[in-house]
Amino acid sequence: MLNAFAVLIDGLVYAAYLFIVAIGLTLIFGVMKILNVAHGSFFTFGAYGAASAVGIYFNRGLPEAGGYLLMVVLAMALGLVLGLILERGIMRWVYGRDEVVMALVTYAAFLILEDVVILIWGPGSYAAYQPLLSAGNIEIGELILSNYDLGLIAVAAMLAAACYWGLKFTRYGRLLTAVIFDRETAAAFGINVRVVYTVTFVIGAMLGALGGAIMAPKIAVTLGIGVEVIVLAFAVVAIGGMGSIEGAFAGALIVGICRAATVHLFPQVELFVIYAVMALVLMIRPYGLFVRAQPRKI
Amino acid sequence: MSSPILSVQDLGKRFGSLFAARDITVSIPAQQTVGVIGANGAGKTTFINMITGHLRPTKGTIHFEGRDITALPSRQIKAMGISRSFQVAQIFPSLTVFENMCAAAAIGRAPKTLIGHVRTPLRSQESVAEAKTLLELFQIAPYRDSLAATLPQGIRKLLDIGMALAGAPRLLLLDEPTSGISIEEKFDLMQIVMSALLSRKITVLFVEHDMDIIEGFAERVLAFYDGTVIADGMPAATLADPRVQTLISGPKLRSAVGTGAHV
Amino acid sequence: MVRGDRIAAGSAFLAAAVAGFMLPDWIISLATIAFANGLVVLGLIVMWRAGLVSFGQALYYCMGGYAVALIGRWGGVTDAFLLVLVGGLSAAGISFVIGFLLARYREIFFAMLSLALSMILYGLLVKTESLGSTDGLNVIVPTFLGYAPHQEKLIVALYFLVLVVCATAALLVGAYFRSLAGALAIPVRDNELRVEFLGMSVSRLIHTKLVISALLAGTGGALAALAVGHVDPNMSYWTTSGEFVFITILAGAGSVGAAFVGSLAFESVRSFAFAMLPQLWEILLGSVLLLTILFLPQGLGSLIERLHWGREAKAP
Repeated sequence: MLNAFAVLIDGLVYAAYLFIVAIGLTLIFGVMKILNVAHGSFFTFGAYGAASAVGIYFNRGLPEAGGYLLMVVLAMALGLVLGLILERGIMRWVYGRDEVVMALVTYAAFLILEDVVILIWGPGSYAAYQPLLSAGNIEIGELILSNYDLGLIAVAAMLAAACYWGLKFTRYGRLLTAVIFDRETAAAFGINVRVVYTVTFVIGAMLGALGGAIMAPKIAVTLGIGVEVIVLAFAVVAIGGMGSIEGAFAGALIVGICRAATVHLFPQVELFVIYAVMALVLMIRPYGLFVRAQPRKI
Repeated sequence: MSSPILSVQDLGKRFGSLFAARDITVSIPAQQTVGVIGANGAGKTTFINMITGHLRPTKGTIHFEGRDITALPSRQIKAMGISRSFQVAQIFPSLTVFENMCAAAAIGRAPKTLIGHVRTPLRSQESVAEAKTLLELFQIAPYRDSLAATLPQGIRKLLDIGMALAGAPRLLLLDEPTSGISIEEKFDLMQIVMSALLSRKITVLFVEHDMDIIEGFAERVLAFYDGTVIADGMPAATLADPRVQTLISGPKLRSAVGTGAHV
Repeated sequence: MVRGDRIAAGSAFLAAAVAGFMLPDWIISLATIAFANGLVVLGLIVMWRAGLVSFGQALYYCMGGYAVALIGRWGGVTDAFLLVLVGGLSAAGISFVIGFLLARYREIFFAMLSLALSMILYGLLVKTESLGSTDGLNVIVPTFLGYAPHQEKLIVALYFLVLVVCATAALLVGAYFRSLAGALAIPVRDNELRVEFLGMSVSRLIHTKLVISALLAGTGGALAALAVGHVDPNMSYWTTSGEFVFITILAGAGSVGAAFVGSLAFESVRSFAFAMLPQLWEILLGSVLLLTILFLPQGLGSLIERLHWGREAKAP
């Protein structure tokens, strides 16, 4: 019983993290049909930015709440700048090309940004444990849970709700839905697809950086975190269906729970299980759980 | 009447609650040229898709030259002698016209084993010869070295139909050979296509919206409405059928103008 | 092959062979790895001509490498030719099985699924103690049909082994490109529906390409394992696949030889950059990839291929 509860909580925490990272990826794919490998770089920048800022901030003994705010704001700012540079500087030149080509362009950007991280922050690793410590723990029965973890679940849930609400009830959300549904018709109806693209890419980048910032206190911020995160996020998005927000939600839950269960039960297969689940889902539903294949009309 | 080359019994196709085709029973003798008319959504393309194996019928059987071909994969049906062209020309845009035709000819005569595919050259003497013949036959030889992506619409259609004729099929299904072609050019295009096909003595079934073309080229007309055949007979008789006139062709006067919309 | 191509290929092979006796060891070692990896790139070219880009080719590369390490260690096989053959065939065998699944996918979905499959292998290897876990395994020192060289002699012997295997592969793949099954790559990429309605099974054509490219990648992995003397799970990591895709983009799908030239250029620049500008290696890599895609789209697409599509055959 305790075990099942622990798996559930661990799974939810991990799912929350995956969802925050995956949602930006799926948003960009849904609207722009770009499989954005550079999403891993957004994550990395967010994590490094937050880690270094948090270190400085907490060492000064300033109020804790401000530390959390700083983390988030800084990550968003980094995402904004990086997203704008990438979209305006590179991506817009390859719109309309093959999806695989666009993915390769983001891969190139990812490679470049990996080294830029080293140039800015050096090859050493950062620890940003202070927020995790200052949040404290809570005991539920025999289980000791970190408040920070619970907060992570809350943030992910809020983000999911915000995305849902944003897409359904705001003007921009409806524009996005229109573009996702049919780009050409949307353009024909006077939607400025170019602006929609820029805004979407920047929002996606900010979400990626936010994911990195939120995760920074929980991990060792070191070289190569982006490389790992991006394949995980791919798996989540592929399971749920690329471009689908509900899919990212479901995919994150599935992967999160599966991983937590294997960590508790069969730790040897931890990494393997995520991709095995992905391969299994794709075998049954090639386009993921929430996306239907469109038969070709002749 | 000799034994039919194509015989369709009680054919039906359901998509959920929608009947795209139902109770279609038709038999076509060898070397007949059959026109198919009907409004958009009447089931004409569904009918062709089922015969050529693109769609699996939910009901009924299809026999070709006495053999049951119901629900076989399209490439097997093609190998047995049924070929088709498409409403939107299906060609290889990054190859030249000649290369398109070569590919069609080479596939048509390739052995059916994997080893055979690896051992067959793309341009054997036979396939090159057939490709050249087909280019001449459809009068597109002047475009021989143009990239297919750059072709004008009429030439694309001719190439599409020419490719379908590679490998000497005995039944050819043409799905709207003149769609996307301006009214002035339609007749000339049909003239080229039909004289080419006539010289090969093959059975032809073509979908067409223009009643003048139907009258000019079809020996027999199948009129589709709501997924089934409501009239079947000589062109003059079928087109004069009051049901056909109200449901499909409209009064004679409007037909020439009306066709422009069916693209 | 037209006569000019044949002469060029022959002299390139001769030059590479002569170089084996003249150049210093470190260059020979570098070229050995580069040509072994060139086989993987050649496999990617086979798929790319049909419009497929795999982000998981490292799966087969890694399979080939581990097969060599394992049978060398436990099977007592030391003959290099046999080891390489087994490495290639085991990768091809796996690919034949998963090809039934993979051949149904296209574009980005194909790339993602192949990536997932390679990561499954990575996850397995990392957590399997008996296969060396993250440390990997050492590979035995091979013999060559009874000849057992050491040190410098071994380096040269491996180089010639790689050279012979690559030349054979290049000839066979060249012949495949000229065959109907190979030449139909572009029609498949352009319009699968038409290929199917002309009477050819697209999934079978693609399945064949998958197996051929896995055979090449497995062989490349086996050769690389022998040359390095070690295998580890990173051979299966997605960044390894990414590197192969990278070289493929640079090389272009135009010719068989491009795979080896591209791979050699890549390894040379890498060793140069590692020595001179270790912090800028990936910036360099990314910029070159970006510039290639933006300004040399023909390296990416149809132009070069067009020149080669069946044009070698005698013009009628």
